[in-house]
Amino acid sequence: MRLDPFLTQRLVKSLLWCLTGLTLFFLIFIIAFISVKGLPQVSFNFLFHDIEDMGRAGGIFPTIVSTIYLTMVALLIASPLGVGTAIYLTEYTREGWITKLIRFGAECLAGVPSIILGLFGFVLFVIKLNFGWSMLSGGLSLAIMVLPTIIRTSEEALKTVPQEYQDVCFSLGLSKWHTITRVVLPCALPGIMTGIVLSIGRAIGETAVVLFTAGASLRTPTSRFDSGRSMAVHFYILAREGLSMPNAYGTAAILIISILLINITAYTIMQRFLQKYS
Amino acid sequence: MGKEKLIEKVLMLLAFSAIGSLLLITIFIFNEGLPIIIKTGVGNFIFGAHWAPTKGHYGILAMILSSIYVTIGAMIFGVPLALACAITLAEFAPVHLTRFLKPTIELLAGIPSVVYGFLGVVLLVPLIREYLGGPGLSLLAAALILGIMILPTVISISIDAINAVPNIYREGSIALGATQWQTIRKLVLPAARSGIITAIILGMGRAIGETMAVIMVAGNALKIPTSVLDPVRTLTANIALELGYASGAHREALFATGIVLFIIIMILNTTATLIAGRK
Repeated sequence: MRLDPFLTQRLVKSLLWCLTGLTLFFLIFIIAFISVKGLPQVSFNFLFHDIEDMGRAGGIFPTIVSTIYLTMVALLIASPLGVGTAIYLTEYTREGWITKLIRFGAECLAGVPSIILGLFGFVLFVIKLNFGWSMLSGGLSLAIMVLPTIIRTSEEALKTVPQEYQDVCFSLGLSKWHTITRVVLPCALPGIMTGIVLSIGRAIGETAVVLFTAGASLRTPTSRFDSGRSMAVHFYILAREGLSMPNAYGTAAILIISILLINITAYTIMQRFLQKYS
Repeated sequence: MGKEKLIEKVLMLLAFSAIGSLLLITIFIFNEGLPIIIKTGVGNFIFGAHWAPTKGHYGILAMILSSIYVTIGAMIFGVPLALACAITLAEFAPVHLTRFLKPTIELLAGIPSVVYGFLGVVLLVPLIREYLGGPGLSLLAAALILGIMILPTVISISIDAINAVPNIYREGSIALGATQWQTIRKLVLPAARSGIITAIILGMGRAIGETMAVIMVAGNALKIPTSVLDPVRTLTANIALELGYASGAHREALFATGIVLFIIIMILNTTATLIAGRK
């Protein structure tokens, strides 16, 4: 028996809409559930007090400091590398086997699971280079993790800047580097910022890499050689060892909301940037 | 002129940072893990069912199978949902709704994996224990959580693939009297196939490489699973669980586990890149 095509169309369409609704429900539910359970736990004391009794009491201040510290180290290292790579790919070479190789490397690196980066950071930075479990080891490992994101978004941003801008600069006798730093980079800056902001979001949410390279010390790190646990690691330990459910929910809420705000910022910057040039 | 050349050389050096990092990772992981694989024998290591690192038994078959089962489970659950969502948003939904929902879904890709794992523990695991039996921490729980986790990635890339199909195909098909669904099934989806397959492979890579969420919900038992309700330990979980206290040959065996994972991921990624590049 053959179903009437128009009936099939209606059936399939309803089914697809139902599945779409279900998918959206899952994703929205995650945010709603964590926010509803977690936000009531958040207070001034929760944000600005030391961890007490392994996390059963007190606040999460040291974890906030560690998270910011790790993220800054990662960005300080990955941004120049990533933006430099993107400038080289877009302005200095023709498409060829070198660009293919570089892009392939970046794409493969993007796919390397975080646990492998954790293993690598652990053996190279923590042990071989003897940085120990520290902000430096953690930041370096996170830098490798976010590098592909920065390369890709910077490259797209640089490509969006109209070629005429450069033609005008060259015709005025400006050098290549002058053109890039004074004209191309300032124009592409919002797009490049998007990649960097997205990287902040990824670094904040990462657990496996940080756990094995920055350790899980409860103290507030004061130097780059201090160990410290990021918010994500703290949340993982609280949840896994069942130390304090209210504090786990509170930490998760702060984590999710900061990441969402960061990603929304990145998206807004990119939209404004694209509108300007399209 | 000398300055310009110097700048170009410096930029070229920076440009090799990504592939250089990848090389370093490969060298270090292999350097640490390969000796124990050779000592144990490749066959014994990969097909050995017995993992007791403190007694000198290094067989990771149970973990390889667990990783594969969990990933297949995640695909069975996640891919239909993701494709349904992508087709609806790209073909049926009003443009302004898609313009709002696509970025929203992409934002959700930023939710940390520990949060997914945590929700799995507090919501999903008790449900499975209550209604299906077993310990709750199980292959099924891990597959379901991973299935949800890969949704944003697969949806987003699939929508791009479907949108890349020229509108003239659709117009021609509709003009010949085909319904919208016939057009999608016979024309749009086949035309978008390579993009969609890339999306699915990238989703697989994400699922097989995921660690934190899996550790929290999979139960981590060291045996070859015989039912979806059995607790399982994946390759990633094995590394993360034991790295904290392992030393000597035991630690080398964890790096060796990493090598196997690394090779699987590289095969998946290369396949995805090749398929995506063929268009």
